[in-house]
Amino acid sequence: MEEIVQEQLLEIKDLEKSYEDDSPVLKDISLSVKKGEVVVLLGPSGCGKSTLLRTIMGLERIQGGEILLEGKNIVGKSEEARKERQNLGMVFQSYDLFPHMSILENLLLAPMKVQGRKREEAVQEARELLARVHLSDKENAYPSMLSGGQKQRVAIIRSLMMHPKLMLFDEVTAALDPEMVREVLDVVMELSEQGLTMLIVTHEMGFAKAVADRVLFLEGGKILEENTPENFFQKPDTERAQQFLQNFSYVSHRHVGR
Amino acid sequence: MFNILLSANAEKPPVYTILFAGNNFQRLLWGLFVTLRVSLIAVLLSLPLGILFGLFMRRKDPISRGISQLYLAFIRIMPPLVLLFLVYFGTARIAGFHLSGEASGILVFTLWGTAEMGDLVRAAIGSIPRHQKESGRSLGLSSWQIYRYIIIPQTVRRLIPLSINLITRMIKTTSLIVLIGVVEVLKTGQQIIDANRFQYPKASIVIYTVIFFLYFIVCFPISQLGKYLEKKLKV
Amino acid sequence: MDIAFIKQYIPMYVEAGKLTLGIAFLGILFSLLIGFAASLILYYKLPIWRRVVQIYVELSRNTPLLVQLFFLYFGLPKLGIRFSSELCGVIGLSFLGGAYMTEAFRSGLSTVQKIQKESAQSLGLSKGQIMRYIIFPQALSVSIPAIVANMIFLIKETSVFSGIALADLMFVSKDLIGLYYKTEEALLMLVISYLIMLLPLSILGNVLERRMRISYV
Repeated sequence: MEEIVQEQLLEIKDLEKSYEDDSPVLKDISLSVKKGEVVVLLGPSGCGKSTLLRTIMGLERIQGGEILLEGKNIVGKSEEARKERQNLGMVFQSYDLFPHMSILENLLLAPMKVQGRKREEAVQEARELLARVHLSDKENAYPSMLSGGQKQRVAIIRSLMMHPKLMLFDEVTAALDPEMVREVLDVVMELSEQGLTMLIVTHEMGFAKAVADRVLFLEGGKILEENTPENFFQKPDTERAQQFLQNFSYVSHRHVGR
Repeated sequence: MFNILLSANAEKPPVYTILFAGNNFQRLLWGLFVTLRVSLIAVLLSLPLGILFGLFMRRKDPISRGISQLYLAFIRIMPPLVLLFLVYFGTARIAGFHLSGEASGILVFTLWGTAEMGDLVRAAIGSIPRHQKESGRSLGLSSWQIYRYIIIPQTVRRLIPLSINLITRMIKTTSLIVLIGVVEVLKTGQQIIDANRFQYPKASIVIYTVIFFLYFIVCFPISQLGKYLEKKLKV
Repeated sequence: MDIAFIKQYIPMYVEAGKLTLGIAFLGILFSLLIGFAASLILYYKLPIWRRVVQIYVELSRNTPLLVQLFFLYFGLPKLGIRFSSELCGVIGLSFLGGAYMTEAFRSGLSTVQKIQKESAQSLGLSKGQIMRYIIFPQALSVSIPAIVANMIFLIKETSVFSGIALADLMFVSKDLIGLYYKTEEALLMLVISYLIMLLPLSILGNVLERRMRISYV
């Protein structure tokens, strides 16, 4: 059998992050994500999982440690780090579309202004992506005319326009009405099937189980457990994770069967 | 450039000492008091009249609406100095009696303050969500009780910071009465400068700087209070 | 009412109105520039500069324009700095208006949510691009009613220029009253001149404000 050499895409070493009042949010986090891998971060609210994503994206300062993308530093305000971070894409919980621009303009802004791509070529790609998420008829609409689920699908393809090597999803369905969750998760699912590397924070346990190659369980700013999704959801190694899942089984009761 | 402020020579004392010569400083303060007296009287009259006008503006019949809109629009669109001219020069000619500059000032700033205060009152009452009234009713409160315990307290909370801002605006605008002949702080300043023209040829820089800061000392605390209350009373 | 008199002096009012509007135009232009720059300083929280802007805004907003003009026109020459009354008008109006425009821009900028900046950042846009394409356009549409209100306010404030001997509308009117006792005629022309200058802008302001209110419901 052919040996598959999977290279590390993202590497985090000994990451430390605390807020201004010195209360630590992330303690000694080390993790790596291989190319093509989908890693899901789980944990109770306030455990630091969203902060971890924001830190990777360069939206939060860190106090120690390293974050490397393909071996290159992506921490800090330097021009090089900013350039490297352009290989990351991120979708947030709240709708972050630019309200003063049409959907198409939302999609074109960064490719044209950051990557300096030609309009015609970018428009073509934007239309292909819009078709993939079934929103072709919305290209001239404004964000306020879209439903929450539609906005999130646009937010996802807006990131994809930049051809990111790694996508970060920060609870992208948390603010959605239940009936819209599915249409967004389907898009993410599809991306994972196409081999996009992703780091996902979610509260949708069924989705986590289906999409993850690997699950990381965080609590109190630390990674407590690392496991395969099968093992994690059946019999997690740590007691904390067990409790977490028990609490969740009640909350997410209505999602059973997804 | 600034050495003229400090340097003294044989005949001429340093220019800042003009403040302490004679009773100059007291005279300036008195001038400021004349301005403040006009604004204070106008403010005290505007507050109750403004509340009445605000309630009047909420009437729905077209005549009341027309009158109040026209009044507000005219007061808003005309510079306060034009209003002062209309009253000061106009009354003598049209109504046949002469109003003093100070009386004209009080009249104009009361009319002005009433219009502005009225609009604040109208907006404050209008901004209270309807469901506040409805939930009051569903608790069995009478309409008087709804006004007493729900509408009025919330309106007042919104109004206080806004009316404090209006007060600083009125104080600043009252400075205009010098242009219709009232001997207030700027005029007093001019008189001091003129009287000391030979001994203190450069007095005006000192006098006008002092007047600038006198206004600042009066208005700044009031506007800070307004800001503070705006934050504190935020509903 | 002496119609012939009014006809005779209309050109004088037109001239005075032009002077007023000319100074108001320049004053508003500089106010916008000052306000824009100062609001960016506040937005990016530039050290030291931020304090300077705060002090400037407080000084300017808590003193009357007339006093500022007296200082510029009668005070500063004693330090050897002499401006014409027109220039004093422009400087005074810009000093005052800059502070009001700073406030208008600042409040607009403060309404743009943090997530907008962050999502633009995560698309790789630079700080300048984020301001230019994302934050400023959104802030501006919120600020515009306040900006128009400030313009009206500043045009009205030009009426105090007569205090520093500028031959503006007030000055001309006072002259006609003093010289010919044509009080009604002078006052009527005065009121009409200001109506002509301010009515269109004030209607525009009302329309904009109403539109804003609708779009944010």
